[in-house]
Amino acid sequence: MNKFRVKNIGRIARDKILHFTFNGKKYVGFQGDTLASALLANGIHLIARSIKYHRPRGFIGSGVDDPNGLVKIGSGSKALPNHFATQIELYEGLEAESVNCWPSVNFDFGALQGKLSRFMVPGFYYKTFMWPSWLWPIYEKLLRNRAGYGVVPSLPDVDRYEKRNIHCEFLIIGGGPAGITAALAAGRSGLRVILVDEQNELGGTLLNDRVQIDSKYAHTWLNESINELNKMPEVKILSRSTAFGNYEHQYIGVLERIPEHHLKNSINLPRERIWKIRAAKTFIATGAIERSLVFVGNDVPGVMLSSAVESFIFRYGVSLGKNVAFVTNNDSIYNLCEDLNELGINVPAIIDFRSNINEALIEKVTKIGIDVYPGWQIEKVIGNKRINQIEISELENVDKEVSKKHKIKKINCDILAMSGGWDTNLHLYSQIGNKINYDANLKCFVPYEEFKNQHMIGSCSGLTGTQDCLNQGFQTVLESLKDFGIDISSKKFKVQIDPYLYDQSTISNMIESVLKKSSMKRKQFVDFQLDVTSRDIDISLDEGFESIQHIKRYTKANTGTDQGKISGTNLSILIAQKTGKEISEVGPTTFRPPYTPVTFGAIAGRSLLDQFDPVRQTSIHDWHVSAGAKFENVGQWKRPWFYPKDNEIMDDAVVRECLAVRNSLGICDASTLGKIEVNGPDSAEFLNRVYVNNWTKLQIGRCRYGLMLGDDGNVMDDGVTARIGETKYLMHTTTTGASTVMDWLERWLQTEWPELKVYLTSVTDQWSTISINGPNSRKVLSKLCSDIDLSNESFPFMSFKSGIVSGVKARVFRVSFAGELSYEINVHSEFATALWESIMDAGEEFGITPYGTEAMHVLRAEKGYVIVGQDTDGSVTPIDLGYGKMLSKTKDFLGKRSLDRKEMVRNNRKQFVGLIPVMSSEKIPEGAQIVESLSNSSIMIGHVTSSYFSPTLDKNIALSLIESGRTRKGEYVYAIDTKGGSVKVEIVSPVFYDLEGYRQNV
Amino acid sequence: MLMINCPWCGFRDETEFKYGGQAHIVRPSPPELASDKDWADYLYMRKNEKGDHFEQWCHSSGCRRWFNVERNTVTNEMTRSYKTDEK
Repeated sequence: MNKFRVKNIGRIARDKILHFTFNGKKYVGFQGDTLASALLANGIHLIARSIKYHRPRGFIGSGVDDPNGLVKIGSGSKALPNHFATQIELYEGLEAESVNCWPSVNFDFGALQGKLSRFMVPGFYYKTFMWPSWLWPIYEKLLRNRAGYGVVPSLPDVDRYEKRNIHCEFLIIGGGPAGITAALAAGRSGLRVILVDEQNELGGTLLNDRVQIDSKYAHTWLNESINELNKMPEVKILSRSTAFGNYEHQYIGVLERIPEHHLKNSINLPRERIWKIRAAKTFIATGAIERSLVFVGNDVPGVMLSSAVESFIFRYGVSLGKNVAFVTNNDSIYNLCEDLNELGINVPAIIDFRSNINEALIEKVTKIGIDVYPGWQIEKVIGNKRINQIEISELENVDKEVSKKHKIKKINCDILAMSGGWDTNLHLYSQIGNKINYDANLKCFVPYEEFKNQHMIGSCSGLTGTQDCLNQGFQTVLESLKDFGIDISSKKFKVQIDPYLYDQSTISNMIESVLKKSSMKRKQFVDFQLDVTSRDIDISLDEGFESIQHIKRYTKANTGTDQGKISGTNLSILIAQKTGKEISEVGPTTFRPPYTPVTFGAIAGRSLLDQFDPVRQTSIHDWHVSAGAKFENVGQWKRPWFYPKDNEIMDDAVVRECLAVRNSLGICDASTLGKIEVNGPDSAEFLNRVYVNNWTKLQIGRCRYGLMLGDDGNVMDDGVTARIGETKYLMHTTTTGASTVMDWLERWLQTEWPELKVYLTSVTDQWSTISINGPNSRKVLSKLCSDIDLSNESFPFMSFKSGIVSGVKARVFRVSFAGELSYEINVHSEFATALWESIMDAGEEFGITPYGTEAMHVLRAEKGYVIVGQDTDGSVTPIDLGYGKMLSKTKDFLGKRSLDRKEMVRNNRKQFVGLIPVMSSEKIPEGAQIVESLSNSSIMIGHVTSSYFSPTLDKNIALSLIESGRTRKGEYVYAIDTKGGSVKVEIVSPVFYDLEGYRQNV
Repeated sequence: MLMINCPWCGFRDETEFKYGGQAHIVRPSPPELASDKDWADYLYMRKNEKGDHFEQWCHSSGCRRWFNVERNTVTNEMTRSYKTDEK
């Protein structure tokens, strides 16, 4: 079926054919393929275009290490932009497209930009698009179009994503040799074990089937081990699951991808699932990643890591090419060359940067006819969309002029496998802040100080050789089981054939072809995904950047979605070599989560739309809905905003609602106000300490308005508190301040005043509050309540009585936020709707009108009542508000001392005043800045905090904070909005209506 | 995400807690006798320790108790949590 397959090897099911398309063309692959292996089996090596120069790119790695193979999968509402083809399991009907190219990956106009690469140095955009600054919006638009890879889908994602929490004693990350033996050991203990592996099947390098363990082929040993794990009831295996983040306190984020063929068989599965794992012990077995090499043309399709060549051939059965040449600076590839030769794949040459190579190695490969070039380097890769030849030269010649005498040899090849050595995979380990060190012997960074309960096992700890990895994985778990008091019998694994065993210490530090000078025509790529070349690093150093962290940000190296997995150490080495520093001094760049990209869908999970945040509704909510109320969000609460009648617009509805309250009767759901019961013998003393005013003399059945300050003297909350019993008070807080106030009060009680006998209970949800407001409120209440004497003498303003209202036990407070005759009736929430409805019936003769938060705000503004959080902003004192008279002189209270501080007694502080426009029809913009004159030198002296049209007064009014405002009454100033418009206003008292408070006292 | 040991409820996820800043700050008493500088220090001046740090947490979505925690600001390791009346 596929032209480019090797017979009889690999873990693909050749009888299960899958159809897919790439850039609109139809292809086939097999079950077990990734999109990458299937494309290569069809002879497709040109996959994408690079981000900056639009150079043709193919696969360099075969898994998460690949920086190049970004594609778009699917279309419409199922489109996934920028996914790595090496990480996508092939499925029937898969549609994939190249990104970052137009009109096609084969013929891309963007490549013309590559020809201008001379100008595209680091910081290009900053250097080029600086002047003139007024052109920036145009530049930005152009640049945004050029930026990035794929296109964000325009339709909402129809897939479902989930999150799950799970706990275990042992978490093992990585299902390679070390991970599997660790899981076997852990599983035998009977404790809870989770084994996480990013691939579609466990095994890691064992999947290449080149190892023999305990005299069994890797496949057999692997199957037996997995069977054993599957039989252990407490072992959970998460396949296709990438541990992307290692967070505090053993908290690991894992992204599980559900494969398409599972999704097709079940409607209950999400597309992706984030596992939030808390483990007592974490074993990181993330293996090693091969490092790339830096030479001219190292990005031409066909140049690959030797590990990718191995994996594509041995795991996926893809015959990549006829002539596979190798370039290396270490021993690790020699066994592979031998095995390829055995498969009948020609290895025309091994170019080894080192001149001193172990004789035995050379002999082994020359014996089978492979030419080794010790001390040679790559001069150039020939080929554009696919490699067809390399030019190599002897390293000794570099000091001489590059001339015809210069010894250059040409070698034909269609694949060039490169190996820059192996890096321990430290991403997860280092994310949490574990220390890493440069090992001069192994010539790579290694872990050196492990966090408590986190262990590195296998090749990510610096081991080479399968046998060591197998035994270390098992042994490390065995040791740590002792912490749980569990002993398991020890076990030794014997590896008979191991192609991964080599001497890592013989690696040369040379990773770069030595050229006379770096040049823009001869590009040597360091970071492939972000098109960072060796020359870019030279330029950064020339421009004065020294720290690797700065060079990373300036050149963008290591900041791509591949996180620089194959290029990270190269950056350190190059900087060290170019500056003469030690690699240990230069250090690595910081590893940060996520290890591989995580979709926003998975991060959001089900926290979308209505489920983004909890929604709180009052017990009367359904009535408001059926009355056609428009709602407003107040914190998490839904509050009726206004109740439009017959297609009324908001302004008209608010006018109607306000006038109903002032002239007859309005009804409002005030249940969202925070309610805290303060109980205990020291309650009055407690209130004395947290409120500015005095509570000692408050009689049972009376209410008082309280102002609460932070200890810094600024207003924090306000509300009415009633004394409802000998040692029992009911405190009201603002709607949005309720939980903050509760924490605040608890904090003082628990930490500073443990001697006070007081306890607090939040009763916000237990009691619903119906506020009836207006001159007819007494009449309507008297129809529903016979056991409370409602006369002004017996039940005056700011008092409280218990009684039966409409058959329901109620607490009735005579308080008002509108400045009218008014009652707030508290009943148990289950009776609230019934009471509301009976009040509506009883009030019908008075034209009772439900009103929302907007009318409530207008009514209170007419009275000059402050809303904490709207008219104050955390820097306003009671004196600024004009409430200085409330401050008790005879007792201490929170914030009192602060009110004496120099800043707080400054005489030009902003004060709370009212504003009216000189042209009465002009609305004063909320948030507008106040200036004294319209000249350019005029500075801001205050701002508008609230602004409304007052239906009662038939004019626009506003509240504001203005420097020395109270002494400026009668002065004219200007309110300037963000668009530069201005309204001339007069400074007046903030109380616009019923200054004497006559109306609420009738 | 941190795993915090509430002295009353045991180990719980960070999302159940509210952070309360540095612990063991002494409020000058009586406040009216404190100098402006001492009072400002009490209100505003906080340490920014690298290493062991004592701080207050409130199990606000749980038992609602305030308590103290010793946390290493480099590793985030929480070595100890203790009630407000404990040393």
